[in-house]
Amino acid sequence: MTVPRLQLEQITKRFASVVANDAVALTVLPGEIHSILGENGAGKSTLVKIIYGALRPDAGRILWNGQPVQIRSPQEARALGIAMVFQHFSLFETLTVAENVWLGMSGKIPLRQVVAGIRSKAAEYGLELEPEREVHTLSVGERQRVEIVRALLADPRLLILDEPTSVLTPQAVEKLFVTLRQLAATGCSILYISHKLDEIRALCHQCTVLRGGRVTGTCDPTLESNASLSRLMIGAEPPRLVHRQATPGQVALRVRDLTLEKLDRFGTDLHGVSLELREGEVVGVAGVSGNGQQQLLAAISGEDPRAEEGAVELFGQPIGRLGVAARRKLGLHFIPEERLGRGAVPTLSLAHNMLLTRDESLRALGWIDRRALKYQTAKIIERFKVKSGGPAAVARSLSGGNLQKYIVGREIDAVPRVLVVAQPTWGVDVGAAAQIRAELLALRDAGTALLVVSEELEELFEMTDRLHVMARGRLSPSIGTSAATVELIGEWMSGLWPTGPEDGPGVSIGEFP
Amino acid sequence: MIRLEPRATPSMAMSILSPVIALAITAAAGAALFTALGKDPGQALSVFFLEPFNGVRAISELALKSTPLVLIALGLALCYRSNVWNIGAEGQFLMGAIGGGGLALWVTTAEIGMSRWLFFPLVILAGAMAGAAWAGVVALLRDRFNANEILVSLMLVYVANLFLSWLVFGPWKDPQGYNFPQTVSFAANTELPRVIRGMRLHWGTAVALVAAVVMWLFMFRTFTGIQLQVGGPAPAAARYAGFSSRAAIWTTLLVSGGLSGVAGAFEVAGPMGQLTPHVSAGYGFTAIIVAFVGRLHPLGCILGSVVLSMFLIGGELAQSRIGLPSALAGVFQGVLLLSLLACDTLIHYRPRWSRGS
Amino acid sequence: MNEFALLVAATLAAGTPLAIAGIGLLVNERAGVLNLGAEGMMLVAAVAGFATGYATGSEVAALAAGALAGAVIAAIYGWLVIWLNTNQYATGLAVSLFGSGFSAFVGLGLVGKKLEETEVAGVPLLRDLPVLGVALFRQHPVVYLAMALTGGVAFFLHRTRSGLVLRAIGESPVSAHALGYPVRRIRLAAVVVGGTLCGVAGAYLSVVYTPLWVEGMVAGRGWIALALTTFATWRPTRLLLGAYLFGGVTMLQLDLQASGVQVAPQFMSMLPYLATVVVLVLISRNPLWIRLNMPASLGKTFFPGS
Repeated sequence: MTVPRLQLEQITKRFASVVANDAVALTVLPGEIHSILGENGAGKSTLVKIIYGALRPDAGRILWNGQPVQIRSPQEARALGIAMVFQHFSLFETLTVAENVWLGMSGKIPLRQVVAGIRSKAAEYGLELEPEREVHTLSVGERQRVEIVRALLADPRLLILDEPTSVLTPQAVEKLFVTLRQLAATGCSILYISHKLDEIRALCHQCTVLRGGRVTGTCDPTLESNASLSRLMIGAEPPRLVHRQATPGQVALRVRDLTLEKLDRFGTDLHGVSLELREGEVVGVAGVSGNGQQQLLAAISGEDPRAEEGAVELFGQPIGRLGVAARRKLGLHFIPEERLGRGAVPTLSLAHNMLLTRDESLRALGWIDRRALKYQTAKIIERFKVKSGGPAAVARSLSGGNLQKYIVGREIDAVPRVLVVAQPTWGVDVGAAAQIRAELLALRDAGTALLVVSEELEELFEMTDRLHVMARGRLSPSIGTSAATVELIGEWMSGLWPTGPEDGPGVSIGEFP
Repeated sequence: MIRLEPRATPSMAMSILSPVIALAITAAAGAALFTALGKDPGQALSVFFLEPFNGVRAISELALKSTPLVLIALGLALCYRSNVWNIGAEGQFLMGAIGGGGLALWVTTAEIGMSRWLFFPLVILAGAMAGAAWAGVVALLRDRFNANEILVSLMLVYVANLFLSWLVFGPWKDPQGYNFPQTVSFAANTELPRVIRGMRLHWGTAVALVAAVVMWLFMFRTFTGIQLQVGGPAPAAARYAGFSSRAAIWTTLLVSGGLSGVAGAFEVAGPMGQLTPHVSAGYGFTAIIVAFVGRLHPLGCILGSVVLSMFLIGGELAQSRIGLPSALAGVFQGVLLLSLLACDTLIHYRPRWSRGS
Repeated sequence: MNEFALLVAATLAAGTPLAIAGIGLLVNERAGVLNLGAEGMMLVAAVAGFATGYATGSEVAALAAGALAGAVIAAIYGWLVIWLNTNQYATGLAVSLFGSGFSAFVGLGLVGKKLEETEVAGVPLLRDLPVLGVALFRQHPVVYLAMALTGGVAFFLHRTRSGLVLRAIGESPVSAHALGYPVRRIRLAAVVVGGTLCGVAGAYLSVVYTPLWVEGMVAGRGWIALALTTFATWRPTRLLLGAYLFGGVTMLQLDLQASGVQVAPQFMSMLPYLATVVVLVLISRNPLWIRLNMPASLGKTFFPGS
């Protein structure tokens, strides 16, 4: 019998009040692609950090090639042959690709040698990369390549990837899988962290499922169905969303040929973006993040009021130059992607956080009617089942999912005429996500126009009536969601849509030839 | 080994306890220092911590010294809550002193007859306008040119100091003053109305207390007050909500400068009675500590100002009673703020013993 | 001509403390830590240096004492902001307030004392060059040290792996931590280096430049040095030039005062402070330019997290 590459026994890790990992066991064989499946908060990240030496377990044993080991730091992990590709990349924006790779390597290799190493590894695995480019000029996909090449240069025996596909188009995911299979064939084990069932079934040989910090099962994912994996992951079938036919009314929001230069060096320019949003429909914008979604959202919300007057219209009224507050008065509300720090002020109470977008409890001279404010807050907490210490609880004391429910609740409760939502369920557990999606759809049925920007294709297919795709600062034409397929949207995500404004059909825009 | 672990919610208890612990640390450090200097620590500590409260007169002096500190700290608390780092309150205080002093000088030399109660609001206005104008320079440069307000406001302290020095060495010098750098003694009707006959405590103290209450209402009960506190901890949230960061810069700096200016005007029209290069005992800097000791809370600033003026008075007493330099007060101030900031860590983090490493 | 040479010489001497403190703060800030306590550290170092010089008569010992004083205070500051996660602005201010109080207290007995003047040797042979000798080669060794230091730090930051690590930490402590770099220890080292150099600068002021101890004698140079790091967009050579520019402004106003220009001396003395403001305005006008060059994590607390 082969000696497992990595074996975890009874690994336990506690934080203040929660047990993040409870007696977790895991066995990874050489050359095996092993997935750790679990929803947000199941304890996947903690487990990975323990394996990579970034955290120390409170109890339990780690065996490496059959030998018990202590992994006290990432350096020690790397010395054993463990490499990691982080979900939120550990890259330095102002440094070059080569410097970034260099910083991730132990030992005293001259930079020149690193450059040569990058070139040869990149060629071996078909990952194009220019060592001299500065990282901030790279697309998200290219950045991930930097991380992967950095990991490969260490000739790892175990490669850990944490949610690697959230930043990739479906086609790029396929390419990544080819690379990973090629690597596994050389005998390197791969630990693949994900919550996407289809990918795990397509790629992995073994799967360990975590729920609430415990292992709820191990299986061969190729023999399982999405439903059976989902039962292991959340203990139930995923909730189904009832999606009735939309009955679009008049045009609520119109963006017309919006062209905007980026505000900072890490942004994306917008080129001739046009879209139409009608009352009573949900329009989705798909795309890998960093393709101009943030800039488009800021131009619509009013955080960036540099657009031409008529480039953004609300019910026929040009609003391109209006500020956020003025647009909100006209009925345009926005739910941003970052909850803590943008959608809510971490240090203020939920009641005071109401005042960011709601003014119903203000009296003359801006005097705050505290009773009205408290009542209003309590109502939202109750209606949207926000678990919190009540209206006086400060925003940062809430979990991500509950804070999102509060923010979504705050905006829905305002009964907006147009609601723009970015990543409505990002990092939220399955139950809360289902609740948020249902509430948003109910709002649509009541006649509100919704624009949903999301990286999660599944979510968009579930919620929207029409879809656009954003790539390189351009927006595709829309397509009815029922007519769209993952393959088609994936192609569009590379910028290849039929009537691209400047690029003819089928012409590549470089990154994904 | 002790490790810090972030708390989910900041600890209310630690937020109140922290200044008390810091004060205890400062007292302990003081006792050690006195012992090292060969003084009886008990006697020396009582000079600092007890004597300033000994009797009506002592307490009235304490209240007198607290007045400028409260006024300045109120404005600073507002600034710091908005992440506007005005550390040049000393300069705004001096300009207020110049404004108030100039008005008093004019009333004196032109022999204008007006009652003290009429002069009182006028001198407040003069001080507030001068202080706000000086802080307005900082706001303008920050808003228009993005110049760092920390450095600009501090540089303007030196400039204000030199400007004051020029005035009292030059155009405003008392011709009969034996060439001392000072103005004439101001006329009696420019003196701030006193609270108790025979003591220096003036009604400006009441103004400071009212200002604290108004500031408290403004900060926590009005929309503008809440708006100002969003941009500091969460600038992206302010943009999202549509709160203007420019308005925050201007409002906080003008209010803070105005309050510092009033403090300066009170100092010349109150206890000083004339303008000299030494109008300020470093109030603008001490008030920074007051603001932090007072948890950036208006009512806390009142308590904080009492503690810090206790140190100032203790320093003076230490010099006359036991021959210790009054500069000791400065040392204590620094130690107090440093230990306070260290203790404040426990508001947001919980210490934990961890095994190993 | 000779007068001009003397002005150049005086400019170099006046710019030196700004340069040394500024380079120290630059290293500090490149690692992502802002130390507003510069003024306080310089004051304590000035009094420590002067006292040591007075007691031992040795200039080297005096400078070393200043360096040590700066390092100790910086270490305390570093411990507070890096391990206890205190606010860098407030803590820096506290150090400045503490430094001015503490130095005034300790220095009381030293007011009015004088150090023995030591002959400045200058650079052999070159010191006798016409004009250039007077302008450049009859300086105190610390003046040359400042220049060498600038070159050394520039080389370290941009040509060595350790320098790259330091910049990487200032750019993204989270990433550096994820890669396993001891972010907090390296930041502390950078802070201590900054404090040491501020200490040398402070001691240079009281031991070589003045040489006297006067309460508050650093007179805002710590703050000006802080402004210089922004002015230089965190590049060592630009910082050195900026320091000499300020040295020049200081000397020019003294020169004008001495030559009897009909402007009150107070207004002339305002010049270095006003120049700082003007320079800040000019350099900050384009926020993009600053953001492009500023270490991205500057002033932000980093908690290594769980």
